[in-house]
Amino acid sequence: MSIIVFGGASQFAAVGYVASGLAWPGIVLLTALLNARHLLYSAALRPWLREVPLPRRAVMAHLLTDEAFALSISHFRRIGRTDERGYWIGAIVATFIPWNLATLGGVLLGAQIPDPGRLGIDVIFPAAMIGLAVGLITGRRELVAAIVGAGVAVAVALVSSPSIGIVSGGIIGPLVALLIPARLAGETTPLVSLGTAEPPAAVGPPS
Amino acid sequence: MSTNLVVLAILMFLVTYPTRAVGLLTPGLDRLPKIAFAYLQLVGPAVLAALAAVSVMVVVGDDDVPSFHVGIEWVAVFVALVIVARRKNLFLGLIAAVAIVAIARAAGLAEIPA
Repeated sequence: MSIIVFGGASQFAAVGYVASGLAWPGIVLLTALLNARHLLYSAALRPWLREVPLPRRAVMAHLLTDEAFALSISHFRRIGRTDERGYWIGAIVATFIPWNLATLGGVLLGAQIPDPGRLGIDVIFPAAMIGLAVGLITGRRELVAAIVGAGVAVAVALVSSPSIGIVSGGIIGPLVALLIPARLAGETTPLVSLGTAEPPAAVGPPS
Repeated sequence: MSTNLVVLAILMFLVTYPTRAVGLLTPGLDRLPKIAFAYLQLVGPAVLAALAAVSVMVVVGDDDVPSFHVGIEWVAVFVALVIVARRKNLFLGLIAAVAIVAIARAAGLAEIPA
């Protein structure tokens, strides 16, 4: 499943659903819902990857996870241009291979870890996401998009489900941010430039 | 994994792949108006912040009902955010976040979310 689906949240959910005896159509529907946010990712990456040949883009799509998106869009914006090799490294070396090796390790050795929750590993995902989000904040619009996106996501998640909340935050946050007039947007350099001391050259996709 | 679960995995792939591919493969998306590109530029920070916020603030119980969660994870993620913003070091931020949570749970000061 880690190779075929390659979607962490939906895999975790599917395991729970299978164990609880939920019918397959329900599992498939919930998977679609959980992974709906990838629509936003692929649309956001399109301007950067439009010069990549179609067959390679088709493979890239299968590898497009939260982590691959975050790593690649941060990287593209930091260097101000598309870097196809950077995408492959982020998607395969940093995500696909470790995810599948860790899945295998979990299957073989997981039972010997008495209480994984005690190790605090569960906090890595939100900490990584917020750290990568900080790297994308280059002005007031990005800041507003992040804050509103987070707020909307939590509010909607509490009355529906986390996946609907995340998609809602991802849609509404940028809409609200666009209400900020361009003259007040205050585009600056990113708050951080992860992994390099070089100043960021540009923040938009190549035209 | 049983053969049945392989079929389930393939069905899950069939509903997941289109969500990942539609933006990358659909012709004509390059000719979107400028405002649409401006919107897409903002999707990244919004979705990533949404993922982080929901991960630490919303817990789904055994009854599938989401509830608001307040815990040491807030502190850990905030510390990670500050470290990344000030020190420009994501790895250090992650180590600090994990250490805070692990120490708090080992000391009995925090519980593991459901």
